[in-house]
Amino acid sequence: MKIAVISGKGGTGKTTVATNLATVMKATYVDCDVEEPNGFIFLKPDIKESLDVTIPVPTIDTDKCNHCKACVDICQFNALIHVDKVMVFEKLCHGCGACQAVCPTLAITEEERPIGRIQIGTYGEEGMACLSGTLNLTEPMAGPIISQLKGRLGQETSLIDCSPGTSCNVVKGLLDATYAILVTEPTAFGLHDLLLAIDLVEQMSIPFGIVINRVHESHNQVSLYCKSKGYTLLGEIPYDRQIATLYSNGELLVRQSQYKAMFHEIADGVKEAMACSSSL
Amino acid sequence: MQLVIISGKGGTGKTTIAASFAYLSQDSIKCDCDVDASNLHIVLGGEDIEREPYIGAKAASIMPDKCIQCGACERMCRYDAIHDFKINPLKCEGCAACTVVCPANAIELKDEVTGDTLVTQTTRGILSRAHMIPGAEGSGKLVTDVRKKAKKYGTDEDLYLLDGTPGVGCAVMASITGCQGALIVVEPTQSGLSDFKRVLSVVHHFKVHPYICINKYDINERITKEIEAFCQEASIEVIGKIPFDTWVDTSINGLKPIVLYEESAAGHAIRDMWHDLQHKIG
Ligand code: SF4
Ligand code: SF4
Ligand code: SF4
Ligand code: SF4
Repeated sequence: MKIAVISGKGGTGKTTVATNLATVMKATYVDCDVEEPNGFIFLKPDIKESLDVTIPVPTIDTDKCNHCKACVDICQFNALIHVDKVMVFEKLCHGCGACQAVCPTLAITEEERPIGRIQIGTYGEEGMACLSGTLNLTEPMAGPIISQLKGRLGQETSLIDCSPGTSCNVVKGLLDATYAILVTEPTAFGLHDLLLAIDLVEQMSIPFGIVINRVHESHNQVSLYCKSKGYTLLGEIPYDRQIATLYSNGELLVRQSQYKAMFHEIADGVKEAMACSSSL
Repeated sequence: MQLVIISGKGGTGKTTIAASFAYLSQDSIKCDCDVDASNLHIVLGGEDIEREPYIGAKAASIMPDKCIQCGACERMCRYDAIHDFKINPLKCEGCAACTVVCPANAIELKDEVTGDTLVTQTTRGILSRAHMIPGAEGSGKLVTDVRKKAKKYGTDEDLYLLDGTPGVGCAVMASITGCQGALIVVEPTQSGLSDFKRVLSVVHHFKVHPYICINKYDINERITKEIEAFCQEASIEVIGKIPFDTWVDTSINGLKPIVLYEESAAGHAIRDMWHDLQHKIG
């Protein structure tokens, strides 16, 4: 069972929700925000395994190449050009294999090129599993790392901490999710970005609930909007300085009993909502 | 001169600062490169004077009447996008590998409209921005397009103010490259510090001059000191320190730039920072 945590925009508290909720639900935590993975700052797991993520990139055997340029024409990502010989721009290459498939002289072979890393560890006495991926700097492609992370998951309940925004990387995090938690803020920006996130999960037919972070007053525009639309409001995290301080020091909120209770409530809401949506 | 405002991660107050700078620099040309969730137009308002569909990606589809169900495409596809002779558009990267191996020419690669680019006339000048369809591929290329559109409205001498993308991936690189200066907004938190170091390496990689601004510096003075020490060590300038200020929430909800609130300490700090920065970038 995969529960994806998303937000229309970064910095709304997605990682706070995903890490704390994972500990109270005893679920596997998966940090798919590979551009800026922060989950492990809070969970500080014991790292058991660390491995490279690679993608295959073409190498051209100049003796075999007959300069037909079929590979240059087929590459959709402008990773190949031909000036006297075929040259590969590794960072543009998606590792799709089209050039190799199209080459009439079998001049193209592939080599694995690292683009990032995956770390696997455990948190706490019960050994809650934690996974995190990191994209190497100046590498543009996060997708393969997210796919690798998700490929390691089985049937267990997992919380997927997705990339911010609503781009293709978020879609990769959301694929196969049974439920989505949308984290937002009680402001006009928050509402604007929430609508984008709702648009995305509705397109993908994933049932969802909403958590509002940094709430000053319970009758804010986002909660009123959710109520008027009949959306599931899973919980509200108050705006207080103690939370900001815990966060800034890289600490989990569930260390404090009042916040722990709050996340238990959110977890119950998630379980209930998932039970409802699966019986439909 | 192109100045980009970035942050390792979203939610560090980047838009609050970008909106204020955009307001203060009436003559600048603004680009909202945060194409995933653009917010600048919400604050600046105005009329859209240009709108164009944006073709950001391609996707393959199988013509069932031609398909002989050989399965070659499914074996070829490295993104697990093909099952039972159907292509899942959410997984398809539009790489065309399947079209190469299909013996029946049954696969078409079609252009996909993934959003719109827009140019908005605001009371504080031109704003180039985009609306991306949620879930769309290729935000980096869209950022490049937004910047190109903006160039039509100015000359090389003009100041271009870019509200960058959060993160360190392709969209961020597309916002940074070719800029002369980057204002990096960082919050004094453990994760903020780690995000900051990552994005700074990207700025260095593209040989763009970094300026640092610490937002809500007083919520954790220990980490603020750590950031300052780090910057001093690396010989980069901390150009602004903005205090935690609840007026910021008021300004967000009021959809007005914080610098318009006379009582706001954060607003004053941002105004000062803008004057400093203007000097520096000439
Ligand atoms: S593997 Fe795909 S993306 Fe890479 S060079 Fe070949 S065709 Fe282009
Ligand atoms: S397709 Fe093969 S033979 Fe043709 S240019 Fe490319 S590498 Fe050379
Ligand atoms: S275009 Fe590429 S990603 Fe899309 S279905 Fe074909 S092989 Fe798969
Ligand atoms: S390769 Fe072509 S003919 Fe074969 S299954 Fe795919 S679409 Fe059908």
